[in-house]
Amino acid sequence: MSDFLTSERLPGLIQAAYIIAGILFIGALAGLSKHETAKRGNLFGMAGMGLALLATLVLAARNSQYGDQRPLGVTLALILVAMLVGGSIGAWRARTVEMTGMPELVAMLHSFVGLAAVLVGYNSWIELHDLGGSDTVHDVEVFVGVFIGAVTFTGSIVAWAKLSGRMTSSPLMLPGRHLLNLAILVASTALAVWFVADDGDTALVPLLVMTALALVLGFHLVAAIGGGDMPVVVSMLNSYSGWAAAAAGFMLSNDLLIITGSLVGSSGAILSYIMCTAMNRSFVSVIAGGFGSDGALSGEARDYGEHREITADETAELLADAKSVMITPGYGMAVAQAQYPVAEMTKKLRERGVEVRFGIHPVAGRLPGHMNVLLAEARVPYDIVLEMDEVNGDFAHTDVVLVIGANDTVNPAALEEPGSPIAGMPVLEVWHAKEVVVFKRSMATGYAGVQNPLFFKENSRMLFGDAKERVDDIVRALG
Amino acid sequence: MRIGIPRESRQGETLVAATPTTAGQLQALGYEVVVERGAGTAAAQPDDAFEAAGIRVTDAEEVWSSDVVVKVDAPTPDEIWRLRAGSTVVSLMAPARSPKLIEQLQAQRVTGLAMDAVPRISRAQAMDVLSSMANVAGYRAVVEAAHAFGRQFTGQVTAAGKVPPARVFVVGAGVAGLAAIGAAGSMGAIVRAFDVRPEVAEQVESMGAEFVTVEMEQEVSSDGYAKEMTADQEAATAAMYDEEARNADIVITTALIPGRPAPRLITADTVAAMRTGSVIVDMAAANGGNVELTRADEEVVTDNLVTILGYTDLAGRLAAQTSQLYGTNVVNLLKLMTPGKDGELVLDLDDVVVRGITVTRDGETMWPPPPVQVSAAPVAAEPAAVPVAQEPPKPPDPRRKWYAAGLAAVLFALVAAYSPPDFLGHFTVFALAVFVGYYVISNVAHALHTPLMSETNAISGIILVGGILQVGSDNTVVTVLALIAVLVASINIFGGFLVTLRMLEMFRKD
Repeated sequence: MSDFLTSERLPGLIQAAYIIAGILFIGALAGLSKHETAKRGNLFGMAGMGLALLATLVLAARNSQYGDQRPLGVTLALILVAMLVGGSIGAWRARTVEMTGMPELVAMLHSFVGLAAVLVGYNSWIELHDLGGSDTVHDVEVFVGVFIGAVTFTGSIVAWAKLSGRMTSSPLMLPGRHLLNLAILVASTALAVWFVADDGDTALVPLLVMTALALVLGFHLVAAIGGGDMPVVVSMLNSYSGWAAAAAGFMLSNDLLIITGSLVGSSGAILSYIMCTAMNRSFVSVIAGGFGSDGALSGEARDYGEHREITADETAELLADAKSVMITPGYGMAVAQAQYPVAEMTKKLRERGVEVRFGIHPVAGRLPGHMNVLLAEARVPYDIVLEMDEVNGDFAHTDVVLVIGANDTVNPAALEEPGSPIAGMPVLEVWHAKEVVVFKRSMATGYAGVQNPLFFKENSRMLFGDAKERVDDIVRALG
Repeated sequence: MRIGIPRESRQGETLVAATPTTAGQLQALGYEVVVERGAGTAAAQPDDAFEAAGIRVTDAEEVWSSDVVVKVDAPTPDEIWRLRAGSTVVSLMAPARSPKLIEQLQAQRVTGLAMDAVPRISRAQAMDVLSSMANVAGYRAVVEAAHAFGRQFTGQVTAAGKVPPARVFVVGAGVAGLAAIGAAGSMGAIVRAFDVRPEVAEQVESMGAEFVTVEMEQEVSSDGYAKEMTADQEAATAAMYDEEARNADIVITTALIPGRPAPRLITADTVAAMRTGSVIVDMAAANGGNVELTRADEEVVTDNLVTILGYTDLAGRLAAQTSQLYGTNVVNLLKLMTPGKDGELVLDLDDVVVRGITVTRDGETMWPPPPVQVSAAPVAAEPAAVPVAQEPPKPPDPRRKWYAAGLAAVLFALVAAYSPPDFLGHFTVFALAVFVGYYVISNVAHALHTPLMSETNAISGIILVGGILQVGSDNTVVTVLALIAVLVASINIFGGFLVTLRMLEMFRKD
């Protein structure tokens, strides 16, 4: 056994395992870009992770054969217990989480990566320091790793609190908030210089101060961003957690960590970019925060005329007579948990020969792809759930559009009013359809605080009340 | 208040101003509704149907002494005489062409509300009887044409030979024209249509017809109705009418200009050049007709056997349907005018709809109302506002990107020159992985963003590797911190992979 662990072939073997694991991770992400290959992708990911962990355990065992390390048995026992506890918590959460609660879960998981990165960073510095060594490059790596990890940690916790309603989702608007962020960055840079220059025990001071500052920064960054921008924030934090892992890879000289971290980092960054494009806003303006308010009407107040109401029974008649129906859900559907009745309504209509499709705006919901997951949960086949670009040309040939809990993503002001705060944002052009029925709790404005002229168009009618109850009524009326 | 629904007195009128359904809706607004005996018979709304709906059927005396009398045709002088002073009469009135009627209503101190004077604004669409009736009439025009036409509308290839589809040309794409296009199209005909308002081309195409264009300057309508054209335009258009009509089997004309005789569009020469057996339905016959040979309410057959139908009662030929629509328009109007739902009619002259239809009030003439501006093409008015908005932001200089990239490369080269080779090796891996990540993710399906996110989340739990390697340290602090890192990272790995699996299980294809 110890022969095997001390064999000089072993490091090469471990390195090979790491490279294969890295390739498997790339395969995992590539697989997840298509429905057909998604499950295989996930298996690749699991296999890669299993291989990486096995190789790492062997490496840890090998390390225990050299120098001032704990005995092999103790080390392995500790690791396995910690993994077992963590693994069971993770498995339990994964099994019990509601699909509407996915955004919270994802945000919380990000915070763990951030925390782990901070801890690994500290350890890495302590270990090297104990050996009496000091290395400028390593110091910088530790510093950057801890910084990113800390920002990810508190940022994710705030995102989780906002998404789960434990914190108000309206943006926190401190005076001079951009200056505050900038000051923290400048101070951290100064601390970095001190940290690198100091080789003694006191070097811990700048590291600790910076950690505290970074924690504040993470909190403040995300607190300043409103609830509707959460898809961007969550994918941004996803990206950060990747960079944190990559930084840890640098300080530990571990290529697997670097590869995996940068994969996650760049994929998260691209997702954020896609989300921003979908809102026609620059990444900086989302991250700087402060967009959107609760209910206050921004932009010029205009008289759009009167809206007209419709009852659930009338809507059912409209649907039964239609040839093609498009449903455009938004966050409101998730809030009302209306996905099951919507799926049932879809099934009934399809049985009657009505063509039913879903049009999903890229930023509908609180997580990229949130609506797709909810509809999939309710067993709506994914081939009738389409993206905005696929359906926008089809509205003119659609008889009835049901807008369920969406507002800004179907707002014609984005295209028609150059002065509107959401001007230029690509939207689902539902108003081209023959009839539009808008499910809404009241006439309040959406996340962006912009009035929606759609409600006053000649071909749109409002169906007021809780989305779930109203859809249930329609399902009953369809019989 | 009591609402009376009299029997229509005009010879041949089949309509009635209320059906049992709409009368019930009027009673729900708080009114007492009475219907003259036999009022709805011609529209297939018998007296017992009214009674079954809880409406009292009574004699003409009681009906005409009601507070509000609702009918279809304008009241005759005899009928006005029967109205109580201070009462209200609601009907079609054509107030612009009926000065005598207005005079008489005024003398009788009766409030006259003209259903056909509803302004053409969105809010008033629910009360617009002209639209309702034009819609029905357009449909009926096609039915009449099909009846007179000696062939099928739809094209077929049968064992007995090929049947070509009928070619229908519709002039005027108002409500009647669009209804005719829809009806003819659904019977299988090839439909072409023309309107002097170019902005309705989209509506015509949406009904499945081809829009005929004339190469010339055209105007955008500002009041929802078409206008007459200049001499030049007229010549070009006349040539087009001639050509289109000659090529068509069925011509349906609906062109009207408010307050004026209908424009003469199809000349006798054109008709003479049309194919034998062709049919023309002139829906403007009541106002003089769009076709030179039209005679109102008559069927004219020319020497070359072209049938010209000048029926003016097309809507009345679908009496049950039209009465129901007319009645609903009345209900919608009274809903607006009965804000308290208490059966009290309120004449709010600040409301443009109410002001628009009020012809007389308390011995005072209210006609004509101030104009209301509307258009089917609001976009056309707006472009003036767009240039005011700031000029489009200049696209950033494309060269800037290259400069930035060059600068980054130089900086990196400098850093690299001073870094240990070990770091550079790692950096190579890093840079390559970033780009691999970028290209792998760029074309991910939208629907999979959430699973992708939880997958990357699980993968970023790889930080666990760092923790595992540090647990073995003999420094207790390091071991404890490392163990915490291992614990939270494991939550991530297991939670992330399992939740991804769970989500992917849900996605299914039909």
